[in-house]
Amino acid sequence: METKKELTVSAIENGTVIDHIPTQALFQVIHILGLEEYKEEVLIGNNLDSKKLEHKGIIKIKNKHFTKDEISRIALVAPYATIINIKDYTVVEKFQTEVPSHIERFVKCANPKCITNAEKVPTSFDVVDKVNLKLKCHYCEKFTTQETLAFIK
Amino acid sequence: MSNLKGRNLISITDFSKEEYIQVLDIAEGFEKNPKQPILSDKIIASLFFEPSTRTRLSFESAANQLGARIIGFSDPGGTSVQKGESLHDTIVMVSSYSDLIVMRNPIEGSSRYASEVASVPVINAGDGANQHPTQCMLDLYSIRKTQGTLENLNIACVGDLKYGRTVHSLVQAMCNFNATFHLVSPEELKLPSSVKMSVKNAGLKYYQYTDIKDIVPIADIIYMTRVQRERFPDPMEYERVKDSCILTASMLKGCKPNMRVLHPLPRVNEITVDVDSTPYAYYFQQAQNGVYVRQALMSAILGVR
Repeated sequence: METKKELTVSAIENGTVIDHIPTQALFQVIHILGLEEYKEEVLIGNNLDSKKLEHKGIIKIKNKHFTKDEISRIALVAPYATIINIKDYTVVEKFQTEVPSHIERFVKCANPKCITNAEKVPTSFDVVDKVNLKLKCHYCEKFTTQETLAFIK
Repeated sequence: MSNLKGRNLISITDFSKEEYIQVLDIAEGFEKNPKQPILSDKIIASLFFEPSTRTRLSFESAANQLGARIIGFSDPGGTSVQKGESLHDTIVMVSSYSDLIVMRNPIEGSSRYASEVASVPVINAGDGANQHPTQCMLDLYSIRKTQGTLENLNIACVGDLKYGRTVHSLVQAMCNFNATFHLVSPEELKLPSSVKMSVKNAGLKYYQYTDIKDIVPIADIIYMTRVQRERFPDPMEYERVKDSCILTASMLKGCKPNMRVLHPLPRVNEITVDVDSTPYAYYFQQAQNGVYVRQALMSAILGVR
């Protein structure tokens, strides 16, 4: 049975598998990584059975390898996702996402009075709490949390 | 001694404890001799994107007394800002016309951004509800002047401790000086937990009260702020608590002889006029001290002191 579940989404020869994505975060992960624009094969599965999460999302991206910095961005919405790098159908690297200590450009400041929401100023945050996500805006010094987290389109 | 030449002052955390003291020491010199033409070859841009009385006049008086020339505006109406020019473009342009920019803007974080795009130093004269570091420095100057020290004092903060940025900055700055904090406010306007956390992280203590009378005998400084009616969703609630944060002369019986009352001004009714004639009132001198502190900051940042 286990083998059959694994085959729900087919294996890839070369690329990245992002596993254990919380189901509600799947589309955010796609957006954060800019996969809407990616021209090669992307396999997306959601609400799959998972021993770890009960239900999970999974994304397989052909011929694409992310830097740790790129991948760390998704930790904001999928803190326990597993990143698997594959070459010639073989797992060459496997690691868990980790929230970075500094974030630029892709998270929106939750303070509507912040300069980054008034003019075209790229956002910049220090992560002051990685466990209970808390980001301090470099400009207005206000906090953005998991509850107020939004991404720049 | 740090070299403050070319530095920006955007947030109270931009300067170290030693650097605050350095600025206060320079300010003391200007209090003794405020009219010195040491900035006569400098142009200071005073950009006030929203109205201000004390801060703008105090900066401009400070600059004038040092012989600097001032360009700028006290209201963005009639400038290219009103035509839709971005802050970025305004600041880049003004940088090329001046040696130092003093800016007030209601948009939070605007001063930090301005300091990143300007080719000359920027002093934040208030960015919305965020920071107003020169107010904090003049508060520190006033505390040191009236108490002879900044160390080991009992600092009472009264009124709107939730939204009052001057209180947040003062508490954070006084965390460097082993203060004990006494916080008097209506339940709805208590100090935010992030500021209380700064006190805890510094290993210091704070106590919370709802009645001003409780802190009068213990305070070295009573820092008053205005409780604004519009902060209360329910007008009845405002009526119920508004008198708990009003200081009158009769309430000052039993205070320490060294105690002084500070207020960032403008005051409305939270300090009754009869307090003005007591030896404890210090808020007008406090505003005057703003000139010396701003003279010190401008001359240090321009590398003249």
